[in-house]
Amino acid sequence: MLFSYIKGIFKGVGTLFTGMGVTTSYFFRPWTKVTQKYPENRKELKMVEAFKGEVTMPHNANNEHSCTGCGICEINCPNGSIELVTMFLVNEDGKKKKAIDKHIYHLGMCSMCGLCVKTCPSNALAFGNEFEHAVFDRTKLTKVLNKEGSTLKKGVE
Amino acid sequence: MPFDIYDFSSFTGWIDASLRAAMSPFWTIFTEFVLLGVAFLAFYAVVGLLLVYAERRVCAFMQCRVGPNRVGPWGLFQTVADLIKLLFKELIHIKKADKILFNLAPFIVIIASFFALAAIPFAKGLHAVDLNIGLFYVMAVSSVGVVGILLAGWSSNSKYSLIGAMRSGAQIISYELSVGLSLLVIVVLAGTLQLSEIVELQRDGWFLFKGHLPAVIAFIIFLIASTAEINRGPFDLAEAESELTAGFHTEYSGIKFAFFFLAEYMNMFIVASIAATVFLGGWMPLHIGSWDGFNHIMDYIPPFVWYAGKTAVIIYIIMLFKWTFPRLRIDQLLTLEWKYLLPINLFNILLMAFLVLMGWHF
Repeated sequence: MLFSYIKGIFKGVGTLFTGMGVTTSYFFRPWTKVTQKYPENRKELKMVEAFKGEVTMPHNANNEHSCTGCGICEINCPNGSIELVTMFLVNEDGKKKKAIDKHIYHLGMCSMCGLCVKTCPSNALAFGNEFEHAVFDRTKLTKVLNKEGSTLKKGVE
Repeated sequence: MPFDIYDFSSFTGWIDASLRAAMSPFWTIFTEFVLLGVAFLAFYAVVGLLLVYAERRVCAFMQCRVGPNRVGPWGLFQTVADLIKLLFKELIHIKKADKILFNLAPFIVIIASFFALAAIPFAKGLHAVDLNIGLFYVMAVSSVGVVGILLAGWSSNSKYSLIGAMRSGAQIISYELSVGLSLLVIVVLAGTLQLSEIVELQRDGWFLFKGHLPAVIAFIIFLIASTAEINRGPFDLAEAESELTAGFHTEYSGIKFAFFFLAEYMNMFIVASIAATVFLGGWMPLHIGSWDGFNHIMDYIPPFVWYAGKTAVIIYIIMLFKWTFPRLRIDQLLTLEWKYLLPINLFNILLMAFLVLMGWHF
């Protein structure tokens, strides 16, 4: 009983010293810092792949995207930050086909939940790493994701 | 001007003599009081701000961060900027608070730390009041602070504040026992309560080394118990940011909050000073028995450098505690005090008394 009490004290003090050793060793090793000095290192700053900065619509070299205009992202968005303006194109067979005119994205309302990116059936949306979004006018936060004159990629239905 | 960095009594004596030559005894005393008050106020503000900066820096280094580094060189003026911000902040009046007590509480806390500061010997002759019961006085006035904390918690009429204050009351009152008893171990060894004499007795070796094992145990217990007494982590249940928002000072804003904040850091400084004075010889240089050459070299370093260095080491250790250990639960806190520290302390005093009786110390 008394023995285990005394043993407990020494064991406890020992573990405390282990913890203090760890923090002291970090204190005396200033090169272990993980903080980056942001405005100074803007040039070489590299964000991690998984960082969610904004929602983007990747276009390939021929200015083609894979958004079919199905509207699933618009329905899924909890904040209502996606608006789709669709139109009907007539293809060579004379059939009418739905396509996007504008994929409007309100960055100011987006909470980066990722539901649009996750549920897109044709993987048309992706997260971008850009994070310097500050503007003086909130209307500038409303963006059109599909580029001027872009078309639907071949083979995406 | 006779200015000797090894003995400040010549400097203070010179001020006294020149004042006496210029005016009547009453006005001399009055001017000296004012000078002393201004000096302590300035010292209080500067040390408080420096300690806040040091804390943020030390904490950042331990967590692999940089800490404040934008305002001034190495971020040195960050705390000055913070203080200016706090001065401009609105003092929010709590509708259902007890107005008088609510406004009084921060002053009680800060005055208690001022009282304790008065008795600390900073260097030879640099000592505001040298009471013959100095150690007892410091312990007594430093426990007045808890009254302020309890009042702050009670008068702000908020659940967080009240819980924080009650925890703080339970904690400070229990840990005061350990602080007192661990200091008593050294008092038994020294045979005096006068701080200047305690320092003088350590001329041929610090009490930490002179007192063998009991002094070392007392030193460790003092560090633990005083960390708890000044409400710092891992014993910061009274504030407990994550559970009680800010504990007893939840409802305070602006400069009144700054008072609590400054007082907390000054209490840390006072505790570190007491530890340095009682266990590590205060401003006395490191002397080893009869190594005259070594002792002579050590004497060249001015006393206040010794004092500041020792205090800084203790402050670093207290900060290390805060940024290493997780916060204790209230039952763990009381278990640590009543089941571990207190019995060890009582046994330790017996051991020390036995050593002194047998003459088994240096």
